[in-house]
Amino acid sequence: MSRRLELRQVSKRFGDIDVLAGITLHVEPGEFVSILGPSGAGKSTIFSLLTGGLEGHGGDVDFDGRPLADTRRPFAFMPQHDALMPWRTVIDNTALGLEVQGMSRKAARGKVAPLFGEFGLAGFEQKYPAQLSGGMRQRAALLRTVVQDRAMLLLDEPFGALDALTRTGMQRWLQTMWDRHRWTVLLITHDVREAVFLSDRVYVLSRRPASVLREIAIPLPRPRKDLASPEASAIEADILNTLLDPQPAERT
Amino acid sequence: MSQPFSATLRIAVLFGKVGPALLSVGTLVLAWELYARLSGISPTTLPAPSRVLAQAIQQRQALFDNTVPTISATLAGFACSLAVAFILSVLIDFFNPLRRALFPVFIISQTLPLVAIAPLVVLWFGFGLTPKIMLVALVTFFPMLVALVQGYESTDRDISALLNSMGASRMRIFRLARLPSSLPYFFAGLRISITYAVVGAIFAEYAGAAKGLGIYMLNAKNNFRPDLVLAAVLVSALLTLALFAATVLIQRVVMPWERLDGARKS
Repeated sequence: MSRRLELRQVSKRFGDIDVLAGITLHVEPGEFVSILGPSGAGKSTIFSLLTGGLEGHGGDVDFDGRPLADTRRPFAFMPQHDALMPWRTVIDNTALGLEVQGMSRKAARGKVAPLFGEFGLAGFEQKYPAQLSGGMRQRAALLRTVVQDRAMLLLDEPFGALDALTRTGMQRWLQTMWDRHRWTVLLITHDVREAVFLSDRVYVLSRRPASVLREIAIPLPRPRKDLASPEASAIEADILNTLLDPQPAERT
Repeated sequence: MSQPFSATLRIAVLFGKVGPALLSVGTLVLAWELYARLSGISPTTLPAPSRVLAQAIQQRQALFDNTVPTISATLAGFACSLAVAFILSVLIDFFNPLRRALFPVFIISQTLPLVAIAPLVVLWFGFGLTPKIMLVALVTFFPMLVALVQGYESTDRDISALLNSMGASRMRIFRLARLPSSLPYFFAGLRISITYAVVGAIFAEYAGAAKGLGIYMLNAKNNFRPDLVLAAVLVSALLTLALFAATVLIQRVVMPWERLDGARKS
């Protein structure tokens, strides 16, 4: 079976600034992979390249064994901030992707409505985003993402703006949801614990120009209940060392 | 909390909101009234507010007859201005070089002194509705255009990126994101422009009209009746306030989510 997503030596320049310097990574179907890196390393640039927000780059991007350019938008993207439209009710926000795909608003609502319970949003269908808590807004944004039925989810620091307690709750919730649905996910984060807790594999990026410093498998059994098991802590410490003190010798 | 208490509270809150405004306006009117009565100044120079009000009531039919054309000129001019501003703002949003081509012209149009332009427009287009519509449009068009263009540009970049990732066309992104994003700016522009619009209409009438508050003021002044001039001023102020309140009401209906936002922040 071919890999779902494969990047080979992908590079990107903005003017005379190198942002990506030869990124090579892959994601298997049904796999949860994280990209971990310092702020401003160009993590989001990778997503912009994938979702068509940026033109022109070096290297190859393949999806299901074919060049990405030949596929029809295989990604559902969740941007850094929830990007909920303040003027749309929660149900119409979550149905946005379906509407853009050409579904009537009524049909789109009919498709998202049954999922509100599972996403902890029951009863908030007709509210506006301003009436939701931070965690609920993120769950609504994730619902908007997964309901598009794309082959792969791209999550850009989905919990970065939440307070620590809410973030931990959301990480546990996402892990439960992933266990149930087994989406193929590529997650961008700078939270080491989040990456270790959620992922099957983690790519650690260098500072700009970004390249892959290390690829780390997280062999912890699922379902994972505890964010801070001793095994997880050992992996976290290892990753932190790579991030904070990136010795060339550690590039394996 | 018991019901009567909360009702009292609501009245108290309402007074807290409008009280200061009533107090400042009341003080001004009172000072004016006292000065007009006690200084012995002639009412043909400075009539007391009580006299202005009495004259306004006495002349209500004439005032009404002259207010209707002003209202129609204001609304017609403003509607034209809005329509043109909207169409141009969309064109500019889709084709940015247009902005650099057109904005200098519009900025120059804003430097034209109304005193000079109003009589010329009347000279060219006569005493009918056309020159009034044109002058109202002249003073309101640019603020509305700037508000709309800025409003489109205020669109959250994450929302644009999201729609882009969903495969939405440029047109779709405009309708789903840029247009609704411009609403707060649109209404801010609307509130400013609507006050200009009334002034613009009155100015146009002042320069030449069969009927209207502007020509009424001119005639009253020529007949040495400052009380009637001020009565017309009172009517135009009330008209502006009413239009302003209407924009606030429309905004509340069109943007119900905005009040939620405000409620959360405060």
